[in-house]
Amino acid sequence: MSKTHIKLTVNGKQHELLAEPRQLLIHVLREELGLTGPHIGCETTHCGACTVDLDGKSVKSCTVFAAQANGAEVTTIEGLGGPDGLHVLQQMFKEHHGLQCGFCTPGMITRAHRLLQENPDPSEEEVRFGMAGNLCRCTGYQNIVKAILAAAAEMNAAKEAAQ
Amino acid sequence: MNEMSPPKAERAAALKGLGSARKRVEDARFTQGKGNYVDDLKLPGMLFGDFVRSPYAHARVKSINADKAKELPGVVAVLTAEDLAPLNLHWMPTLAGDKQMVLADGKVLFQGQEVAFVVAEDRYIAADAVELVEVDYEELPVVTDPFKAEAEDAPVLREDLEGKMEGAHGPRRHHNHIFTWEQGDKASTESVLGSAEVVAEEMVYYHRTHPCPLETCGCVASMDKVNGKLTLHGTFQAPHAVRTVASLISGIAEHNIRVISPDIGGGFGNKVGVYSGYICAIVASIVTGVPVKWIEDRMENLMSTAFARDYWMKGKIAATKDGKITGLWCHVTADHGAFDACADPTKFPAGFFNICTGSYDIPVAYLAVDGVYTNKAPGGVAYRCSFRVTEAAYFIERMIEVLAIKLDMDAAELRAKNFIKKDQFPYNSALGWEYDSGDYHTAWDKALKAVDYEGLRKEQAQRIEDFKAGKTRKLIGIGLTHFTEIVGAGPVKNCDILGLGMFDSCEIRIHPTGSAIARLGTISQGQGHATTFAQILASEIGIPADDITVEEGDTDTAPYGLGTYGSRSTPVAGAATAMAGRKIRAKAQMIAAYLLEVHDDDVEWDVDRFVVKGAPERFKTMKEVAFASYNQPIPGVEPGLEAVSYYDPPNMTYPFGAYICVMEIDVDTGEHKIRQFYALDDCGTRINPMIIEGQVHGGLTEALAITMGQEIAYDDMGNVKTGTLMDFFVPTSWETPHYTTDFTVTPSPHHPIGAKGVGESPNVGGVPAFSNAVHDAFRPFGLVQSHMPHDHWRIWKIAHDFGLHG
Repeated sequence: MSKTHIKLTVNGKQHELLAEPRQLLIHVLREELGLTGPHIGCETTHCGACTVDLDGKSVKSCTVFAAQANGAEVTTIEGLGGPDGLHVLQQMFKEHHGLQCGFCTPGMITRAHRLLQENPDPSEEEVRFGMAGNLCRCTGYQNIVKAILAAAAEMNAAKEAAQ
Repeated sequence: MNEMSPPKAERAAALKGLGSARKRVEDARFTQGKGNYVDDLKLPGMLFGDFVRSPYAHARVKSINADKAKELPGVVAVLTAEDLAPLNLHWMPTLAGDKQMVLADGKVLFQGQEVAFVVAEDRYIAADAVELVEVDYEELPVVTDPFKAEAEDAPVLREDLEGKMEGAHGPRRHHNHIFTWEQGDKASTESVLGSAEVVAEEMVYYHRTHPCPLETCGCVASMDKVNGKLTLHGTFQAPHAVRTVASLISGIAEHNIRVISPDIGGGFGNKVGVYSGYICAIVASIVTGVPVKWIEDRMENLMSTAFARDYWMKGKIAATKDGKITGLWCHVTADHGAFDACADPTKFPAGFFNICTGSYDIPVAYLAVDGVYTNKAPGGVAYRCSFRVTEAAYFIERMIEVLAIKLDMDAAELRAKNFIKKDQFPYNSALGWEYDSGDYHTAWDKALKAVDYEGLRKEQAQRIEDFKAGKTRKLIGIGLTHFTEIVGAGPVKNCDILGLGMFDSCEIRIHPTGSAIARLGTISQGQGHATTFAQILASEIGIPADDITVEEGDTDTAPYGLGTYGSRSTPVAGAATAMAGRKIRAKAQMIAAYLLEVHDDDVEWDVDRFVVKGAPERFKTMKEVAFASYNQPIPGVEPGLEAVSYYDPPNMTYPFGAYICVMEIDVDTGEHKIRQFYALDDCGTRINPMIIEGQVHGGLTEALAITMGQEIAYDDMGNVKTGTLMDFFVPTSWETPHYTTDFTVTPSPHHPIGAKGVGESPNVGGVPAFSNAVHDAFRPFGLVQSHMPHDHWRIWKIAHDFGLHG
């Protein structure tokens, strides 16, 4: 199958590669670029383990063609933490025991990161609704919700302090 | 030499040992996307395998033509049963003493069965090639109803067993019959039933479902032909057992096989069994000489690997008019699918289902389980429960409710009236178990008080009146459960899998500078072993948990153990950890005494050090002892500080709990809302309360899924109707309620630290709690029993059948 030339920016780094038109973004991220943070749990857009940020929106990269990401900015879990260490969401997931087997966690945190951009001060109900595209089989979500609310509070406090 | 030491409490806290809500050491890598799951593995030259699967539930395979597939560029090989037969690998033994086709050998017996294995350069080409393999099938009559499996004219499913009237678990009476397993006293039970004042009788069905961990099953097999070593990376809940089985069936010497379970994305019983994909990947790697990866997709996962439950449980419970239970009778029809691949200890073909007398003092009981073959996927795994314990708990907790209806009695009161009393432990049950410890009344009273049970019943009565007066369309259901589990398999005298005794192990090495590594025979799939086992050890040997690495899952380095399932890690490997720690401490005591120039008996242990009795200023810390063990000769003592323990538990452990679910049900839509869920667990000594609470939340959510919608359903042709996450219910954060957790502590008397295990309690107790809430809501209208899953349609149907829609 002939290949398509694709340019995309992933976690701030530019990449050029050749991909089959049918090749999925998740496979390019995991197998071509070695970013194995996003996982494959269903390949049918239900579970959200493959969630990444594509031009400022949460997408499930198991049902996005790599070619659709041509020219796009992609952020994966690997792009969230800074040189100073963990992102506050990552810290809060640890602090509040928001993960167990860890398989859903990268997608979960990447989605939560986008959710807090869209709604920096969500209610518990808004978090539960906004995270409903990401399945977890281990935690029962209670501590995930707690972690996201705690991260929101911390991020808002940091913003206020900076002003 | 010793300055003022910090007070005892401060030193103990610094260890982060037993009871500490220590944050997890696993989380740094998982939160940053740096976990190491099997599909993350990429080896040089690695090929990818994919299956051709049967579209039919029962058919003869007349021919397989792989020519077109083999011509596709990038395809390396296509394996069929014919290719595996010369190696005798076209069939494999199951964990239940049966055997199972690796690839279809002449016929297929369930939809999704593995027919051919395509090996290609990448997963896309492999998927293309699967489409090009031409299989000619001749359809055969299908058996999906377990009650019709033993009909006289039922088709022979297992032609390989035709005429064999003796199975792995005794005589077979029909070509589709697998075993009959009997426990208890039949004659006495029938006599009690015959003369009882009250007998309640009901059929309770626990439907077929699936563990569905977020990560599917998979492996990478890598045969190094130069040195003859096979490395098998995979999603294995029992890596050591996999090594032994792989050696036995492949003929490769066990020392030439290395099995590695990397990070596992949830197991819940799905990853205990041995699947065709593992065998095919191994053979493909041997044939091609390069590594071969096999990862199942979600549909394959739900259709072919490891269903759970599917028990039809007919019960009779006898009692006096005032509610004292006098006997219990149970007959189970167990649908095992096409091959008996149940993951149970060898001597227990129905697992520990004989825990079905539950939390109650029942003087006499009888149980018979009949296993049958049908045209469904094999499995029968313990989906987040000890072997068949959730079925047992659901059965007894439904039967109690059914009896309460018959007696017109409050179900909470009926339970309290029949609980085994605190002073009856250790308690010998009518079906053969010795319950180690319990205090059911205390837990029950605490639970009822916490939810204001009396207030809830008053509110419910008012709601019924309002409903009847046309003021509301919502009912309230109060779901009660008091469960008793049996976990921690198990004593080698009666527990083995494929002949391997179910002990477990821990090996500890203390480094010269006083930090340590501990390796265990278990493997975490999210339970946080690296965090909690270090805590057990910290309390035993006085080295901070933060200075102890815990490693599992590599059979070349970890001591032999039977793995993680059935809530056995803490009861068995946790005990081995404590025992190995005690061996370290015993040796350290000799060294400390030598260094302090006193007799061994003149020093005593104090949190993290040995102190000279009566002279607290004279001590040696474990860290100092560790260094001394490496740097100076100690007369009569070998250098170094290491220990290993293989722990054979003297008994199972019996965690218990009291759960109460308050549910609002919309009569017109069948929708439910869980208003309150209170979960009290008694898992004995608590190692890490944060992790316990997380386990309870997760187990309850899996229970919610199973009870309220999740099922593996088949049509009459044997087609799987719930093969994707569109149809197979997994609750999201939106559907999942908030849980309140609570506890009592009744330590296990035989476990070195008194711990009992907790991971599966919430699933075992959760299912009856949710289901009883649904039943309770409709009890005033005459509902006695309605089968799970209680999805919106089925709840609507209950309301409809009782004329509540006008």
